[in-house]
Amino acid sequence: MTAADARARIQERFGVDAVADGGLAVTLPRDRWPEFARFAHDELGCRYFNWLSAVDWKDQGFEVLCRVENLDTSLVVTMRTRLAAGETRCPSLTPLYRGANWMERECYDMFGIVFEGHPDLRRILLSDDWEGYPLRKDYAVDTPLAPYR
Amino acid sequence: MAATQTQQVVEVGYGGNERLMMNMGPQHPSSHGVFRMILTLEGETVVAVDAVIGYLHRCHEKLGESLTYVQYPSIASKTDYVAAMTAELAYVAAVEKIAKIDVPRRAQYLRVIVAELQRIASHCLWLGTWCLDMGGALGGGATVFLYCIREREMVLDRFEELTGARLLYGFHQTGGTRYDMPAGWDKKVRETVDFIEKRLDEYEAMLEDNTFFRVRTQGVGVISREVAEAVGVSGPLIRGSGVAYDVRRAEPYSSYGDFDFVVPVETAGDCYARYRVRMVEFRQSIRIVRQALDGLPEGPISSRPAVKSVAQVRVPKGEGYTRIEGARGEIGCYIVSDGGPKPYRLKWRGASFSNLAVLPHIVPGHKVADVVAIMGSVDPVFGEVDR
Repeated sequence: MTAADARARIQERFGVDAVADGGLAVTLPRDRWPEFARFAHDELGCRYFNWLSAVDWKDQGFEVLCRVENLDTSLVVTMRTRLAAGETRCPSLTPLYRGANWMERECYDMFGIVFEGHPDLRRILLSDDWEGYPLRKDYAVDTPLAPYR
Repeated sequence: MAATQTQQVVEVGYGGNERLMMNMGPQHPSSHGVFRMILTLEGETVVAVDAVIGYLHRCHEKLGESLTYVQYPSIASKTDYVAAMTAELAYVAAVEKIAKIDVPRRAQYLRVIVAELQRIASHCLWLGTWCLDMGGALGGGATVFLYCIREREMVLDRFEELTGARLLYGFHQTGGTRYDMPAGWDKKVRETVDFIEKRLDEYEAMLEDNTFFRVRTQGVGVISREVAEAVGVSGPLIRGSGVAYDVRRAEPYSSYGDFDFVVPVETAGDCYARYRVRMVEFRQSIRIVRQALDGLPEGPISSRPAVKSVAQVRVPKGEGYTRIEGARGEIGCYIVSDGGPKPYRLKWRGASFSNLAVLPHIVPGHKVADVVAIMGSVDPVFGEVDR
């Protein structure tokens, strides 16, 4: 499937225009996030899970991004969803892509985004008793370390 | 990191059906870094793995967001310190892409030469340490390790002549490279790769004719294509599982389109397949180095104008993901720029992180001794896993 075909099918099914950025970038509402992932996996053949991360847009909320690929046709799809300000819940993609497991844990660890439906959501890089979420923009680089417990 | 496990003492009967939790690491010698696995065992057989990472976490993403585009490349090399040349190239290439900076052709060729030499050095370290882990079975234990380290030293000597540093180079900068090659360096590089090429036959003869090596690697740690794709492994791991996926071919960067090379693929998906892929990659890297030295164009090595302050290099507003093929797989940087001298957001896609995530899916069912062989075949570098 070419990028143009995929774009037409995304338009037809989800009513959003995919932006070409070397691949296709699709912005979705949060509640259609897993549905689109399922569509990309099953119908666009994007079975390769590349990465998932987030951006903190301060008072405009978090944006979650995920890049999946179809290695046979070199189709790249970047899914993006914007969470409302103050919202930290997002549906998990782990039931669909096993690789999302560690990436979502990292995202939870760094941004405090709670992935609903994740089987094992706990901190991955920082220690369990860490306070705060370092990649949030309101987390200062010189935040003092909590005393050793 | 995982919650501290409540201590479980289970008496293992002769039936071998009671479960035992065993802690492996974080200082286990086979992890080549700090990595802990909580293994659940039934007798000698592993039934579950909880991988605990993060011991080497330095929050490189926050660091990258706090340092300017000029300052960060030399820090970026500390993500994957075994292959620092490719780690810093990943960041620099990402910045160049969103800032639409052209890189002179000589710099592109120099980048290819150092990236491929780095792949050779990194694979040498992988082969040596992996064989050391599997130890006595390989007739003499440390033999392959010492041979490989000797060859890796030669590459590090070349890097020292080029940059003055042996491990963390600071060779790349946005717009090109910081150093040009010294006089006579190309001749030394050719001698180095000629020497290593001859040695590769020796390693292969030592290992592949060794029954113990084959028994310990063939059919062990099989990654199916389905698992490889769903987890998102890359590099020699996915090529060992039957997918011809190589960023140098899929999305050529830094003039890789000019060179003739083969992307090796094996279909078995086991440790031996990954070993074979890397052995072919050694030779392909040597091929690319020779072609790049033959065709090295004259000209400037950087398009970056001199700046008086690190804050003067600014990147226009925008965002993008750029990837390169490192020794361990796809290394990528996703950068969001707000127009300032620092990235607004920097995301590292570390190849080792995704590759290591496959362990819980492939280790169960193997014996404890195989865990070491499987982990070695994944070739994780914990600086890149934990970032």
